[in-house]
Amino acid sequence: MEDLKSDRILEIKDDISDELRKAGYAEIGACIQCGNCTASCPSGRRTAMRTRSIVREALLGLDEVLSDKELWLCTTCYTCFERCPRNIPITDIIIFLRNLAVQRGHILPNHLNLCRMFYDTGHGVPINDEKWNIMRESYGVSRVPPTVHAHPKAVKEVQELISCVGFDKTIAWGKYAKKEEKAEKK
Amino acid sequence: MPEKKLKYSFYLGCVIPNRYPFIEQSVRNVFKELGIGLIDMQGASCCPAPGVFRGFSIPLWLVVGARNISIAEENGADIVLMCNGCYATLLEVNVMLKHDKKKRDMVNEHLAKIGREFKGTIEVKHIIDVLYYDFGLDKLKDYTNIKFPNLRVGVHYGCHILKDSTHRPWHGESEDPRFFEELIEITGAKCIDYKDRLMCCGAGGAVRTASLEVSLDYTREKLENMRNVGVDCCMVCCPFCHLQLDLGQVQVNETFKDIIGEPYKIPIIYYTQLLGLSMGMNPRELGLVATHKLAGVPPFIPIKSFMDKIKEHI
Repeated sequence: MEDLKSDRILEIKDDISDELRKAGYAEIGACIQCGNCTASCPSGRRTAMRTRSIVREALLGLDEVLSDKELWLCTTCYTCFERCPRNIPITDIIIFLRNLAVQRGHILPNHLNLCRMFYDTGHGVPINDEKWNIMRESYGVSRVPPTVHAHPKAVKEVQELISCVGFDKTIAWGKYAKKEEKAEKK
Repeated sequence: MPEKKLKYSFYLGCVIPNRYPFIEQSVRNVFKELGIGLIDMQGASCCPAPGVFRGFSIPLWLVVGARNISIAEENGADIVLMCNGCYATLLEVNVMLKHDKKKRDMVNEHLAKIGREFKGTIEVKHIIDVLYYDFGLDKLKDYTNIKFPNLRVGVHYGCHILKDSTHRPWHGESEDPRFFEELIEITGAKCIDYKDRLMCCGAGGAVRTASLEVSLDYTREKLENMRNVGVDCCMVCCPFCHLQLDLGQVQVNETFKDIIGEPYKIPIIYYTQLLGLSMGMNPRELGLVATHKLAGVPPFIPIKSFMDKIKEHI
């Protein structure tokens, strides 16, 4: 019976599941671990991502759920969400867990680059080469689209909003984290 | 009684105006032909993308989404958009803020600093929703005079036009929808069912940026299932799926060259491009003829085999 030590159970922290409940995802407590989510998951067919485990780890408050790379292998196709027999908004919960992960500094370098691009231009996929302008013209649409690209003031508005919600700090934190990582490697 | 003219705020997003402008061209010209008005949304930004930015910060996603919606509110017209990702963001943000006063107050407090407000006066619609319900499938049939009975189409819905189904207009249907097939078949083309036809393209949810190989493996599976039944093209209604199946197809051919046998060469076509052809419009107005000499721009998979099939009928 030695293997059935209870220390793991005693270590259960409920801050993650508490945060989930506070954010309005109390339904997660209704999970019966049936595995419909995992069986429906197109990512789980080819990766180590197991949706059911993510839900269970979140319920148990295990921090690994936020640092595991698997959390970022969900394409948010919402198939598990649609099929959950307990009506748990699983995909929305995964998205919320990603928010918690980012708040704790778990964000991939590629994703940080996207954030910076968004901050600088207002677009997630901006015109970053004149060839796209030439291509637009060749198809008979305006050289510059009527988006933030045509309105510098609109970019400022988006930047203001990013600061308002404190996300500029998250982006900056990521920069420091990257430097620290490099320093550690040295 | 004369019918009220349909008019929408035209939300472009990122991928269409900045990478796949031929989709923009086809939509502008097809809507003109159908007599549907479009008002540009001046200064609109990224929606923000539901996979990446919503995953990073839900408050950020809400306020920037609300700013985009406020531009359409100023236009006084519902939004029409052409991207499943933009649909997921702007539809959900709109519904959430209309029904949750606490969130709306938080958002409006931030928007006030840039002189804007979310009022909750408009709806957010996908172009497929607009064509199927607002304009109407039956009325659209009257416009599709040229038929393509020899064209075999692999239909790709993409995820977020369907799911989550709570606020989508398809009556909760997410396991076996047929509305996109119905829209395609008014052109005479045949939709060929294939294994797991509703499966995700693999691009979304920040996975294309997190792990390109995982995302391409989804795409490989989709392409294989389509090739097994034999299709002349794959029809999409989302530019991110379009990118993943087009540019991604080239990357699949490279990444998985040892296991796929012959490289895939399935042309990817956006719905309004086919619709316009069936309405008798010139391929040049529908982004189907490139007049530039640029390299490294879409479409990455040549569409010539698709055009050859079409030419049999026009």
